[in-house]
Amino acid sequence: MSDVGRLAGGTPERRGLADTLELDKRLFGMVAAFVLLCLGFWVWTGGTFLSPRNIFNIAVQTVAVGIMATGMVFVIVTRQIDLSVGALLAMCSATMAMTQAYVLPGVVGLDSPLIMPVTVVVGLVVGTAIGALHGWLIGYQGIPSFIVTLGGLFVWRNLNWYITNGQSVALTNERVLDFGGTEGVLGRGPSWVVGGLLALGLALALLGARRAKRRHGFAVKPAWAEGLLIAVIAGAVLGFVAVLNAYPIAATKLRRQFEARGEVMPEGFTAYHGLPVSVLLLIVVAAVMTVVARRTRFGRYIFATGGNPDAAELSGINTRWLTVKVFALMGFLCGLAALVSQARLQSHGNDIGTLDELRVIAAAVIGGTALAGGIGTIYGAILGALIMQSLQSGMGMVGVDTPFQNIVVGAVLVVAVWIDTIYRKRTGALK
Amino acid sequence: MSVDRSGTPLLEMRDISIAFGGVRAVDHVTVDLWPGEVVGLLGHNGAGKSTLIKILSGAYKADSGEVLIDGKPVRIDNPRDARTHNIETIYQTLALADNLDAASNLFLGRELTTPLGLVDDARMEAETRRIMAKLNPNFRKFADPVKALSGGQRQSVAIARAVYFNARILIMDEPTAALGVHETAMVAELVKELKAQGLGIFLISHDIHDVMGLCDRVTVMKNGRLVGSERVEDVSEDDILSMIILGKNPRREAA
Repeated sequence: MSDVGRLAGGTPERRGLADTLELDKRLFGMVAAFVLLCLGFWVWTGGTFLSPRNIFNIAVQTVAVGIMATGMVFVIVTRQIDLSVGALLAMCSATMAMTQAYVLPGVVGLDSPLIMPVTVVVGLVVGTAIGALHGWLIGYQGIPSFIVTLGGLFVWRNLNWYITNGQSVALTNERVLDFGGTEGVLGRGPSWVVGGLLALGLALALLGARRAKRRHGFAVKPAWAEGLLIAVIAGAVLGFVAVLNAYPIAATKLRRQFEARGEVMPEGFTAYHGLPVSVLLLIVVAAVMTVVARRTRFGRYIFATGGNPDAAELSGINTRWLTVKVFALMGFLCGLAALVSQARLQSHGNDIGTLDELRVIAAAVIGGTALAGGIGTIYGAILGALIMQSLQSGMGMVGVDTPFQNIVVGAVLVVAVWIDTIYRKRTGALK
Repeated sequence: MSVDRSGTPLLEMRDISIAFGGVRAVDHVTVDLWPGEVVGLLGHNGAGKSTLIKILSGAYKADSGEVLIDGKPVRIDNPRDARTHNIETIYQTLALADNLDAASNLFLGRELTTPLGLVDDARMEAETRRIMAKLNPNFRKFADPVKALSGGQRQSVAIARAVYFNARILIMDEPTAALGVHETAMVAELVKELKAQGLGIFLISHDIHDVMGLCDRVTVMKNGRLVGSERVEDVSEDDILSMIILGKNPRREAA
């Protein structure tokens, strides 16, 4: 009847740069808002907002919420909510702190190389198990996720309190602290290698998708547009690495490191931070979660269930088991975020992760995840976390009082969703 | 077109019962379906026809009774079981995920994957284009979520799903309820074509004209019970109406 290949070529005429680049318009808007925000604070702070030091700090402070926000996207996309992530983070952090500070040293010794891996595994297992328990109560027992995780918020926050007796636990294991940010950095050379590989990987992914489309005879965007997109993305990645590589490590700290090794620091020696391990962790999480969302059956079923749970069920998808898996994954990511948080703070405090559930949900929602389910992206959630952290950091730098910082963040959340609602009504995406 | 009813029927549902709470939604109902046959399932709302069909498609589990395909008893505990027996269903509510595109819906639950086990969107879209070129050549919106499609386009996605996976038994629950005149005619054409290919089709409908035009037999239910199954050439529209409304089989009464 009709030639499928030619049919694909008959796309309507294109308008505007965003269209030609086939960019998600919401993403385009968010990136624009983020750039404006940065430029605004840059001018306001006389340049210090975009200094390597501050960019490094914002990146490091974004990691924990960013990691959890990727999981929250899946939770919200399946039409659920998780109010317990901050408490779950505290619970994971508490078990990890007790494991590395009190349990393991007595068993394997204080300096054992086993402490870090065992601690990490304990945290991840606790998080995953609690998440799976939530998922089972929601999926198989039919208790609303709002209730299960609201209850979970109380239970895990206070179980954390109980097992640590409400006391802070100082953390000293250097390999654990490496996950925190300033302590664990890659340095210049390795950062360039990672940045280069990352840029290359993204370019290859885009080209691979283009080749797959070509092979089936679908329309692809013009070569120059693809090239521009790759150049912008690669440029952003390498630019980010360049900035972090320009942030020097304080001389006093370097001298201490040399002294710890029993050496004397040569005169005029300098070293730079580069990419922190925690940020690398977030990048890996983001990449894996994006692949899961877009290219695996699990991800496809998450979105299908959010779009129409009945259709998903009738298509043979086990939506109950899917719920367990989604919440278990959320718990796993809470464990990971707990590792980063406690390492950054170099201690487990009783109030660790307090209100993180709201930050995480806000990040996902600002990032375009629809509470009605079915819609959301991983990169959006991370961008949402980044926007909130930048806003908070910038306001702190220009001397906005803490209560007003929180007021602004709350207002931004509402306004972001408001704009999104108007946008979706206009484009007819909202029924 | 007469249906060959010698040999074994394609499908038999024997003595099926299911109750929800105290309500017997389906009460000892027996129906059968032959290859190349279209059977219209008629009855008021709440007569039990949708429930009966959902037992066949695996959405509900019968309390008692058995299902036989080609004369062999089979177990259908969930929608996946139904699919492995080549039973495909097109629901009244067009069970589609609105936020996904046509290809993702067509392959939902049975995604094509790359050797690495990742979903192969490009190949699924190519297959969708291939089958749509046959079913509905005007279909163009392959990249949009199905939310953006018209009723007829959505219906063709649902039908494409059944056709692509080589259904032998097709259940159509009010397939034309959401459609315009032209699209209804398109679905009717398709039913005839599938019938010619030897599929057995259950057609649930409210429209008696539809049923008289497309079906070989009508099966009428009322209050969960089977009123009767008659060949369309043996009954008049009035007979069918009185079966639906009064729950009486005029031919049986007369005999």
